[in-house]
Amino acid sequence: MMTRIAALLTTVFLGTAALAEDIKLAVTTSFENSGLADVLLPAIKEDLDLDVQLLVVGTGQALRLGEAGDVDAILVHSRTAEEKFVAEGHGTYRREIMYNDFVFIGPKGDPAGVAQAGSAAEALKRIGVVKPAFVSRGDDSGTHKKEIALWRAADLDPDTFGEWYRAVGAGMGASLNTAAGLDAYILADRASWLNFGNKADLDLLYAGDAALFNQYAFLAVNPEKHAHVRNDLAVQLEDWLTSPRAADLINGYTINGETLFIFNAKPE
Amino acid sequence: MSRMLPLTLKDVAVRRRGKRLLGPVNLTLHPEGLTMIVGPNGSGKTTLLRVMHGVERLSDGSATWAVAEEEARHRQAYVFQTPIMLRRTVADNLRYPLQLIATPRAEIETRVNHWARRIGLEARMGLQATRLSGGEKQKLALARALIRKPDVLFLDEPCANLDGASTRDIESILQTALAEKTRIIMTTHDLGQARRLAGDALFMLHGVVHERGPASDFFSAPQTAELQAFFRGDIIA
Amino acid sequence: MNDILEGLVSAFWLVVTFDPDLMQISLRSLQVSLSALVIASAIALPLGTFLAIRRFRYRRLTISLLNALMGLPPVVVGLIVYILLSRSGPFGVLGLLFTPTAMIIAQVIIITPLIASITHQAMRELWAEYHDLLISLNTSGWQRIKTLIWDGRRNLLTASLAGFGRAIGEVGAIMIVGGNIDNATRVLTTAIALETGKGDFALALALGFVLIALAIGINVSIHWLSRTEREGRW
Repeated sequence: MMTRIAALLTTVFLGTAALAEDIKLAVTTSFENSGLADVLLPAIKEDLDLDVQLLVVGTGQALRLGEAGDVDAILVHSRTAEEKFVAEGHGTYRREIMYNDFVFIGPKGDPAGVAQAGSAAEALKRIGVVKPAFVSRGDDSGTHKKEIALWRAADLDPDTFGEWYRAVGAGMGASLNTAAGLDAYILADRASWLNFGNKADLDLLYAGDAALFNQYAFLAVNPEKHAHVRNDLAVQLEDWLTSPRAADLINGYTINGETLFIFNAKPE
Repeated sequence: MSRMLPLTLKDVAVRRRGKRLLGPVNLTLHPEGLTMIVGPNGSGKTTLLRVMHGVERLSDGSATWAVAEEEARHRQAYVFQTPIMLRRTVADNLRYPLQLIATPRAEIETRVNHWARRIGLEARMGLQATRLSGGEKQKLALARALIRKPDVLFLDEPCANLDGASTRDIESILQTALAEKTRIIMTTHDLGQARRLAGDALFMLHGVVHERGPASDFFSAPQTAELQAFFRGDIIA
Repeated sequence: MNDILEGLVSAFWLVVTFDPDLMQISLRSLQVSLSALVIASAIALPLGTFLAIRRFRYRRLTISLLNALMGLPPVVVGLIVYILLSRSGPFGVLGLLFTPTAMIIAQVIIITPLIASITHQAMRELWAEYHDLLISLNTSGWQRIKTLIWDGRRNLLTASLAGFGRAIGEVGAIMIVGGNIDNATRVLTTAIALETGKGDFALALALGFVLIALAIGINVSIHWLSRTEREGRW
């Protein structure tokens, strides 16, 4: 019996292939859900012979991973938190790569009349009046932070909201699933929304305000803090992400004919 | 004749939870023959047997063989009243005691085959031992005990609940073992069996050896009133 | 209903076309959970047996501890292993976080108490049955453990299977310590969580069916292994 089990184990273990040079990059769920990674990663592998291992987490955890030195670099979208990260010496600088935008999703019937709003702040004020079900990420992610900032800009405080405001503490996809189940309003990044498979009775109701733009930045973990991080690879990756080749791929990426990301990295 | 004996029990007592189960017992077992232990239920027969075998913790006194403790432990075997079957085949039950002492494989197979024939189970060597009948189990347990060729064999009521045929088979195996100079010490409820097999006998009562003697005197001319009553079939309080 | 049908159809196609991603993810699931099973069994089977036959001072305490550990929520195990293995944690220098090794460690911690506890219960019964005989045959402690493990092997197989079932179906801990990295630490359960998150229920279900089939397959093959092994004797 033992030899048979050994044979079985050998078969299983041979399934693992040897890995090329790899880098660990913490990214946000919204980036992963956009599907852009599926275009960029193979190109990176081709150009740099580099396997980018994505850790898909919220911005909060991504920053923590960088602080702890558990990843080599992070790609997130929460400017204040990023600047704090650099100020505390966990990274040496932040490099802006591209931006996309957030959109308001809600039930097709639109009881709050968000679709008629003139600005993001007005859209939220309408929701604050009607108090329909609203799903919040509630996970300290970039999207969550953005949502809080937008409520503040509309002179509203989510801490004072009643039961209609549901902080689910989950990633973008799971939160969208919840919103679909509850027929609720939700703030989502456009990419996640377009790629989302379970739209149910939800629709895109409002988009376009500059306040909804969402800037992604790349931060290499400070090698002086963590000697083991592959800063050399992080620098290679950053150079690639800010190259014309990346610009073409990012600007050319569409879902259902819609452009999702605008490349805006400045040359050094 | 074994150089293990005599076995000397000196002031042996066994107490459990403040209750005296055995003792004081002073006893010397001589090198040859079959010693039969009789007595009513609860008189300490099994406890005495276990003390001799060295698997019962003594509260007092000592039990010493003529050889070192470690050697003595290796050269004896014990058959329980309810046979304990390993959850293995008949053959593997027989092999087990020999495997424990790293016997060469060929030697194991020779002895296993010999004993399988001896107890009439050679056709069922591959059967799970737990599936045997009561009599077959007890014969297997006896064969398993004898397979290491012990100098001393203890049996605790080996024929309780067995039919006549099985009892006869077991007694025949015991007679052969005796003829091969195995020292046997056993308990029984069956006075007929006691008379058939005993060389000498012990009468246990209330945890002590009440009467002892060679079989001829013991059965035909019991000295104490209690043993006489026991042979008459009276209940002894 | 439609989701389930779609899931079945797409599971069928993924399997019959030997979808490379699916194969890789399934093999990794097996690799991680079987490794964890082997390590956990190597610890838990002798430990459970030892607890059943040896009386020592802290035996009761150890058994209660084991039973308590059996109820450990996997997520908490994941969190603790994460903190220990993080670069800023005590074992950070090993660089194990977000590797299959980290997932194996977490699963070993989760299933060892389970296997040990089931082993202990089964072995306690067997030991009660064998006690007098093994003492009488003057067996050494190690011989007793070997005998009990061998004769109780079917119970132990059951214990191990229970452990394997828990390991391969576990998601909370390995999501945290493995990070669900594509091509590196993504296994069936974390892939299911990911696809559900994307609202792609068909693919999630397909992966789920593969997971179930895998679990059943392993159960059947281990059962078969033990049967042929039994028939092979005599």
